Amino acid sequence: MFNAVIAAAAEGESANPLLPAVYDIVWSLVIFVVILFFFWKYVLPKMQKLLDDRAEAIEGNIAKADDAQRKAEAALEQYTAQLADARAEAGQIREQARADGHKIIAEHKDQALAEAARVTSNAKAQIEAERQAAVVSLRSEVGTLAIDLASGVIGESLTDDAKSSAIVDRFLADLEASEKAAK
Amino acid sequence: MIPFATDEGGFNGPTIGEFFPEAIFFAGTPFEINRIMLVRFLAVAVLLLVFWLGTRRMKVIPTRMQSIVEMGLDFARVNIAEDILGKKDGKRFLPLITTIFFMVLFLNITGPIPFLNIAGTSVIGVPLVLALVAYGAFIYAGVKKSPGNFFRNALFPPGVPPFLYIIVTPIEFISTFVIRPITLTLRLLMNMIVGHLLLVLFFSATQFFFFTADGGFKLFGVGTLVFGFAFTLFEVLIALLQAYIFALLTAVYIQLALAEEH
Repeated sequence: MFNAVIAAAAEGESANPLLPAVYDIVWSLVIFVVILFFFWKYVLPKMQKLLDDRAEAIEGNIAKADDAQRKAEAALEQYTAQLADARAEAGQIREQARADGHKIIAEHKDQALAEAARVTSNAKAQIEAERQAAVVSLRSEVGTLAIDLASGVIGESLTDDAKSSAIVDRFLADLEASEKAAK
Repeated sequence: MIPFATDEGGFNGPTIGEFFPEAIFFAGTPFEINRIMLVRFLAVAVLLLVFWLGTRRMKVIPTRMQSIVEMGLDFARVNIAEDILGKKDGKRFLPLITTIFFMVLFLNITGPIPFLNIAGTSVIGVPLVLALVAYGAFIYAGVKKSPGNFFRNALFPPGVPPFLYIIVTPIEFISTFVIRPITLTLRLLMNMIVGHLLLVLFFSATQFFFFTADGGFKLFGVGTLVFGFAFTLFEVLIALLQAYIFALLTAVYIQLALAEEH
């Protein structure tokens, strides 16, 4: 079949498909250059820009998501820290309150003890003072009574004060000595 | 171009003259325009229009039209340029590879399109010009990178015993600097010529069987019609495939020229 074609070509026209005509080359070149510049200067830069935009948009979204995640984590950390702080503070306050309570109790106990001691010593001092007063008053009264009694008994007025008081003193001294001996 | 619009009776097979129609404008000048040139112009106009509309207002979220154009451009960029040449060199040679791919594709596809019925690449001009461009591109790429390295790799492949260079070097020279542009040209040209002739043959045979042949022979027309239909679809595939092969080989040649060693 192809032989027939070649034969037809050979006898009919002188055209050889392998020999380029000048106009063929010219128009092919024109077409090539037009398409080349069209792609080179118009289509491919636009396409490149689009690809860059798309990549940027995707990266932007990823960055945004990352940012949100980071913020959430920071907030969580902050809350956790605050919570821990609050707990620590509460513990501290409780501790402080306990210590204060102890202190107050101790203070009150001390105060009470001191008060008791004071009351006791006051009472003791008062008792002593009263005892002294009793002793003094007893001594003078007993002396007078004794002398009255004695003067009555012996009938002799011991009016001489010097003498009488010497007798009383001696009596008392004897009395005290006897008391001490009895102890 | 309407192969069966000839005189009554007899079978009119396709001829090579199909590819040399009469001039319409500027006959005899270097700017002569015939039917095939007009088909080419139409294909180029459609190409420019499609890509202009598709990339006029590009958005991050694409419209349907933009998606299709993007898919085409991505095919040339990712599956040819970046696959073969890597990201950096792929970007450098992307305009050239994209141009070759879509120019060949749009000029090929006019072959199976009704009323155009001839591929813009079925005349030697386009395949030849593109093959020479590819030839220039890989030599430019190699020489620009490192002339010594390029010619040594191309002519004195490493790992070959020195005395064999007497045989190897001429073979390498011919295969790299002579055969490559020729095979690029002929592969595309012959595919398109033969594709066209086959279609013409099937359909003119159908015409002949249906309207000229007698009796039982008319049945053969059904067979040829079915074949013609199948081959029309096949031509669409060939149009795509040849565009891919041309662009891919260009990228491969550039890659070989850029390689440190191969």
